[in-house]
Amino acid sequence: MASRAGGGAKNRFTADEKRRDSDHVSFLKHRGFRWLWIALGLSLLATAGYLLIDQEPRPNGGTWYGYTLGTIGFGLIVWLSLLGVRKRRANPGAWSLKAWTSAHVYLGLSLAVVGTLHTGFQIGWNVHTLAYVLMLLVIVTGIYGVVVYAALPASLSANSREMTRAQMLDALTAIDRQLESAAQPLARSEADLVIAALAQDVFGGSAIARLTGRYPRCATARALTGMGSGSEAEQRVAALLEKRREQLTQIRGALRIRAMLEVWLFVHVPLTIALIAALTAHVISVFYYW
Amino acid sequence: MAFLIRTIDYTAAGREIVRDRVAALTSLTVGRAAECDIHLPDLAVEQQHVRIESLPDGTLAVTALGTLGFTLDGRVVSEGVIDPRTGGEIALGAARLAVAREADGSIAITIRQVAAEEGKSDALRGFALASVLPSKRAMSWVFASAILLLLLAIPVASHLLRTPVKNDPTGKTPGQVVLDAAWTSGEMSLKHRSLENNCESCHVAAFESVQDETCVSCHKDTGDHAAMPRLAKGSPELSPGDAVQWRIAQGLGKEGPLGCVSCHSEHEGPVRQKAGGEAFCSDCHKDLGTRLTDTKLTAAHDFGKAHPQFRPAYFASFGAAKPVRAAVGAKPVERSGLKFPHNVHMDARGGAARMAVSLGQYGKPLECKDCHSPTADKASFTEVKMEDACEGCHSLVSGRTAIGGFSKLRHGDVKDLAEDLARISTGPRVRIGPVRQRPGQLGSASPYRADFGRPVRAYIGLSNALSAGGVCTECHLPTTGPTGQADLMPVNLPDRFLTSGYFNHEAHSREKCSDCHAAGTSKAASDLLIPDLKSCRTCHLGATAVKTKKIVPSDCAMCHAYHVPSGQWQGLKPPKGPSPHYKPPPAKTAVAAKLAKARP
Repeated sequence: MASRAGGGAKNRFTADEKRRDSDHVSFLKHRGFRWLWIALGLSLLATAGYLLIDQEPRPNGGTWYGYTLGTIGFGLIVWLSLLGVRKRRANPGAWSLKAWTSAHVYLGLSLAVVGTLHTGFQIGWNVHTLAYVLMLLVIVTGIYGVVVYAALPASLSANSREMTRAQMLDALTAIDRQLESAAQPLARSEADLVIAALAQDVFGGSAIARLTGRYPRCATARALTGMGSGSEAEQRVAALLEKRREQLTQIRGALRIRAMLEVWLFVHVPLTIALIAALTAHVISVFYYW
Repeated sequence: MAFLIRTIDYTAAGREIVRDRVAALTSLTVGRAAECDIHLPDLAVEQQHVRIESLPDGTLAVTALGTLGFTLDGRVVSEGVIDPRTGGEIALGAARLAVAREADGSIAITIRQVAAEEGKSDALRGFALASVLPSKRAMSWVFASAILLLLLAIPVASHLLRTPVKNDPTGKTPGQVVLDAAWTSGEMSLKHRSLENNCESCHVAAFESVQDETCVSCHKDTGDHAAMPRLAKGSPELSPGDAVQWRIAQGLGKEGPLGCVSCHSEHEGPVRQKAGGEAFCSDCHKDLGTRLTDTKLTAAHDFGKAHPQFRPAYFASFGAAKPVRAAVGAKPVERSGLKFPHNVHMDARGGAARMAVSLGQYGKPLECKDCHSPTADKASFTEVKMEDACEGCHSLVSGRTAIGGFSKLRHGDVKDLAEDLARISTGPRVRIGPVRQRPGQLGSASPYRADFGRPVRAYIGLSNALSAGGVCTECHLPTTGPTGQADLMPVNLPDRFLTSGYFNHEAHSREKCSDCHAAGTSKAASDLLIPDLKSCRTCHLGATAVKTKKIVPSDCAMCHAYHVPSGQWQGLKPPKGPSPHYKPPPAKTAVAAKLAKARP
């Protein structure tokens, strides 16, 4: 009895340890790549079926195998899109969000195989190919998302140099306050340059500017080039503007990495919804004109 | 070294109070303690928080005195250096100490209080990409509604609200359903291309598969392979998998394995319907008799191994109304009503050849093509016409005409012959050579002429011509008519000998005629010169045969078509205009049948 209790305690300990360890395992490696293997198995099965089953008159979505692949693909798409619902719900129990995300990634990749085989490689200007292309775009943006989630957070923290986002903004404000008082002795034209630099919103750039990190209309840079170096006040303002530019560079670096981390979702999510709409039109139209 | 310490406070009304004092020190302490040089009454500030020290090079060293750091230009540090020429800002609690060098060289420290954390969380939101892009939700709504409206709602609505019209076999009527072109799953076949913009011509009702009756509404002339119940009875059992599939499909309204669309699959691109392979036919025909016990068809599954002997159609008795098909193994004797020894005509050294050499129109011994001319499609041969093929030698010239030409007896109808012969006997005789005419001679071209003799000669002439040894019986068989008068046996030749399959002569143009047709040794017209199965098999074997220089693997569709068994399969030819899929065989009419109708 005692030994059993002891064994139970030990099991519980190992179970707890395992759980704690798993907290630090990437969702990609979840449970020894369980979902990768499942997804690979599904893809191989689908491909083998496609190659081995004689589909008359030619492989496409209308053969029995085509309908089977289409049904699997439809189910996958609906389930994959439910990640958006699942992640908003804090469920206890076996519904591990990490497992769900892991499955989302790997099953999403296998969907490319299932969907492509479902088409039978018949592509045209129609609602069916629209759904297929949307599906591929969603998968491609998803792959991009996984890659940037793996690669970019490191550069995000490298860029921050132990400053929080709030501190970056504070630093900019501090520089701005000094600029304001330092610029008091300046002449009109130089003062206008400083006003323009201070007035420009740090978040004002377009999405493209954020993604490329290029701000051709940066008022701080412009003020720096326009600032003379004659008087001491001008030198001081120039030095402060230089500091401001450096601070802006850091903030913009953060913006760029953040934008690259987030931009795929602005394609992935709306196109998923568009895909569900196209998929509905695809399924209904196919049976409407049966 | 002096520091100018400027404190800026605000009254309750918001008015600024500026207090300046000068501290002539080289180092300042900043903290909450009252004895500090700069006293900041803020709980967030340590008693002794930082020291600001003037360095010999003119810069200021700022050092935290406790463990708590301070914020220098927005960054939390425990020590730092400020160059007074550029200036710097130290944040301690709510206080901001701006350090800058005054014009007179002294260092000013301006202290002001800031309202804590004003709008900071709002400001942080600017870091998210969402602040510069349209919202994902809005984009989703726009995309999804556009797709559902354009690609689903509009086609469905216009399909449901249309006024159905009768199908137009020419395919020129455009469809009424809007935007359903986006629903197509592939281009139409070449034969249905004109229907590309008229989906509802085939997809008549919503959620109903294309029905046979819709196909037949245009394809009225397409023959059935057999009646549907017979087809079903003759078909082998479906495999369990196929049976399940068809049960599901039929449950959902599909027509079943014998429906049009089960073979004629559409939207597979601009192609032609492919011929069914050998298995397509042999599935049923290899053992058709076991299911259709009353069938007359022999089992067949491979042209080289199992195919019944040909049974050509021929006229088995003189003047028969219909041809019959030869029995298997029998040696048919054709009763065409003609006398025609092929060997005499084809002998390169015989009399016929001599005569042909002497005639300008031939100039050399006779060849098959001198009499047998191919049809326009080069697939078959036109009827042999006596006037074109025979008359060069077998002349029917009866005399000279007044204008210098020749008159001749008409061929084809005994009544015409009788008239022509009568005219020879009663009409003015035209001189063969130039002769001087004397006035008043009897039989001249004057109105006063008559031949008062009895018309006996004409009857004698006709009788002579029709009886043995006469001009007609060179080629025809004499007989007597219903009233006992002399007559000729009508000529009967079927338009087509092989009635259940299709043979293309053009495809065999590299062969000599005599390779297949034993005409050179045929002594009588009663020989049926249709080649047998064995002669075809010297080149043609079943679809599974290995292709060599001589052997042609041949599936059923090379000679047979599904809907019209003897029709020509056109699948391999480029399409030409709106011709039907199959070319039906010519109507089985024969001269005798026509004559039988013409005679009262």
